[in-house]
Amino acid sequence: MDFNDTPEEAAYRVAARDWLRQHAPAHELQPGTRLSDSEEVQRGRAWQKQLADGGYAGILLPQSLGGNGGTIAQATVFGEEETRFRVPKGAYVGIGLGMALPVIGKHGTPAQIARFAAPTLRGEMTWCQLFSEPGAGSDLAAVRTRAVRDGTDWVVNGQKVWSSWAHLADWGILIVRTDSSLPKHKGLSFFVVDMKSPGIDVRPIRQISGASDFNETFFTDVRIPDSDRIGAVGDGWTCAMTVLMGERLNQGGHGNDGSITDLIQYAADTPRDGGTALDSSAVRLNLASAYAEEQAERHFQARLRTMVSRGENPGASASIIKLAYTSRYQKLAGMALELRELAGIAHAPDDIATARIMRDYIWSTALRVAGGADEVLRNQISERVLGMPSELRADKNVPFNQL
Amino acid sequence: MNFDLSDEQKMLAEQMRGLLGKRATPQRLRSLIDAGQEWDEPLWRELGELGFLGAAVPDVYGGLGLSELDLGVISEELGRVNAAVPFFSSVVLAADAIGLAGTQAQKARYLPGIASGETVATFAYAEGSAGWSDPAVHAVLEDGRLTGTKSPVADAGVAGLAVVLAKAGGRLALAVVELEQPGVLRTKLESFDQLRAHYSLRFENAAATPLEGAAAARVMPMLMDRAAVQAAFEGVGGAEACLHMARDYAAGRKIFGRSLDSYQAIKHKLADILVGVELARSSAYYAGWAAVTGAEDLPTSASAARLMAIDAFERAARENIQVHGGIGYTFDANCHFYYRRERTLALSLGGRERWADRLIAHMPGRQGQGNARGREAA
Ligand SMILES: Cc1cc2nc3c(=O)[nH]c(=O)nc-3n(C[C@H](O)[C@H](O)[C@H](O)COP(=O)(O)OP(=O)(O)OC[C@H]3O[C@@H](n4cnc5c(N)ncnc54)[C@H](O)[C@@H]3O)c2cc1C
Repeated sequence: MDFNDTPEEAAYRVAARDWLRQHAPAHELQPGTRLSDSEEVQRGRAWQKQLADGGYAGILLPQSLGGNGGTIAQATVFGEEETRFRVPKGAYVGIGLGMALPVIGKHGTPAQIARFAAPTLRGEMTWCQLFSEPGAGSDLAAVRTRAVRDGTDWVVNGQKVWSSWAHLADWGILIVRTDSSLPKHKGLSFFVVDMKSPGIDVRPIRQISGASDFNETFFTDVRIPDSDRIGAVGDGWTCAMTVLMGERLNQGGHGNDGSITDLIQYAADTPRDGGTALDSSAVRLNLASAYAEEQAERHFQARLRTMVSRGENPGASASIIKLAYTSRYQKLAGMALELRELAGIAHAPDDIATARIMRDYIWSTALRVAGGADEVLRNQISERVLGMPSELRADKNVPFNQL
Repeated sequence: MNFDLSDEQKMLAEQMRGLLGKRATPQRLRSLIDAGQEWDEPLWRELGELGFLGAAVPDVYGGLGLSELDLGVISEELGRVNAAVPFFSSVVLAADAIGLAGTQAQKARYLPGIASGETVATFAYAEGSAGWSDPAVHAVLEDGRLTGTKSPVADAGVAGLAVVLAKAGGRLALAVVELEQPGVLRTKLESFDQLRAHYSLRFENAAATPLEGAAAARVMPMLMDRAAVQAAFEGVGGAEACLHMARDYAAGRKIFGRSLDSYQAIKHKLADILVGVELARSSAYYAGWAAVTGAEDLPTSASAARLMAIDAFERAARENIQVHGGIGYTFDANCHFYYRRERTLALSLGGRERWADRLIAHMPGRQGQGNARGREAA
């Protein structure tokens, strides 16, 4: 065991750091400034293009996809260095790199790879994920949006929901039902869809944060050419699983402990009862525990990466990191407000730090649901890691149209 | 022993619930937020006309002369719907401060207006993060003039009066200040709770009327204990509302061919919340009773009620969104009112740690010993 960089990794880190120092500052977002969604996406695209120019756009992706075919250690090193800068890295770029490219790479044809990989890596093509529906979230295989074959096209009707950044995405990855006479997991197929296609209507949903970066997406007689189908007809579930496993493994960030060290500093700077807030053993215990948990997640992630680098599949163990990270995140943000005591109730307009904690406390509640809700992750861990039996299900092996 | 609300109190709760169920609907709350309103003024007027705002004010000063438990019943119902009214600021804190610290003439001057709702008052105790313990107070009261900054102050945008905690001759003092005067500058802050606006108040030589009926140092702990009881009731109402929202949503949601409420993970989650709510409610009843009787264990029971209510509401507000899934994160699903109000309630009057200190300091046999570092417990 050796947690330190190997000489090659250390050299890679030095090079990455130099490159970032040279190129990242021009792309950084200033703390406290609010960009419009479309400006933010523009900035994200520009940074992605910069990464592509520097050879850092798809470190892990195979060369066949236009990536570097690098190691997971290199991707981690680069990620760690990159988080030192406030570069725009939202889902608007992440969905393409972390979801669309893997599924196209694994299940797509050479022609599809040739068409989508390069522009996505360069930030010229952005993506949204059109999976969830009003009646199909955790139970994704319950999707009702239908695609019916018509000549060389498919005609799609239905509704998707919670489609993050769909209002600004160029393309979407889409799961639909193509045969409702089969059991729910079997009758699904997977497509990529041009978001400018006639019949697609994207409507913003107002979130509790005040933002509207996810949407309802309606499909009315949308025609998708069969050449935009990914994988075989009926293989939609397999494709969707490729996407979801990638999503989970990428959760938890890059072990950026900045927010906890900031809080410890805040406590040390806050006068309380003749000393500072950091004198309180309750504060110390809470902050120390949060720090310890954060470090433990980071180290757990290092173990997962080691497994992946050896070609092993961590499977549902990847859910552990998401479960741990999101509940800590909510607890920590709640605690950070308590650390501010009465000043956590309301802040002056220029108090960016408190504003950010308030945003975190709101956002943490979304993270406990998005990309696999807590309860679903617990089921996966108990069933797939511990080998416990699954709950009784009435909907297995029954044709979807008879449910 | 009869450890239950009286029939009259239960009727009061019913009456409040009936009224608020019609007036303080989620649609109403959303439209207030959209219109940038800091309060629901018509509801406030209605509560005033029905006498609810003067529930605990003695009848000689224009109130109904009911007890702290009756007030608790009202607080719980307001918490259940997240009503956008300055009840906690005006009735629970400011009126009680005047009632405890004012002279008869001062009570006669201020309380009738507050009891009818004509006057909205607030209580300005905090100065930044630190609470209301003696060393944290820097505002100065001298010769009927107040100078200093209080922040955050709830509802100060709609209040005409503030009871302000300051220092006079180095000692804690309370004074009533008219907010509409040249020496007062109100700056609106960004509040986490979209239905409870907070301000920073800057006083520069503002005219102030010192409350001279009792010493502020003696009044403050009692006032805060009594307010903690009401905050506990409000939290219990909010927590129970979250619990019921989650239960009802789960009953109507189908996942994997079954209704969501048939899954043990959800049933246990909600059962645990219920345990928290019922324990918190019991603590609030006991502390309310201690406030009514002036029992000597009010400091410990109020602190306990506060700690229990914070825990119960925190869990309920978080898990309510969780049970709703993606819908819970939308503005129209109404979970957020509670998620935001919960933190605001948890932080006002000073957070858990302050009340834990107070509880320990007043445990039987430990009175007056302070904590390990000799800090004056809040
Ligand atoms: C911020 C955000 C962004 C999102 N972006 C996208 C996107 O871009 N594209 C997309 O397709 N989707 C997106 N989603 C949707 C997300 O994938 C779903 O919200 C998620 O899968 C949960 O589904 P649901 O919202 O329908 O909740 P439900 O599935 O209805 O779940 C409700 C609650 O029930 C619990 N539950 C579920 N099953 C069980 C069980 N067996 N036992 C006990 N409890 C259970 C869940 O854990 C949850 O607490 C996003 C969601 C959020 C919050």
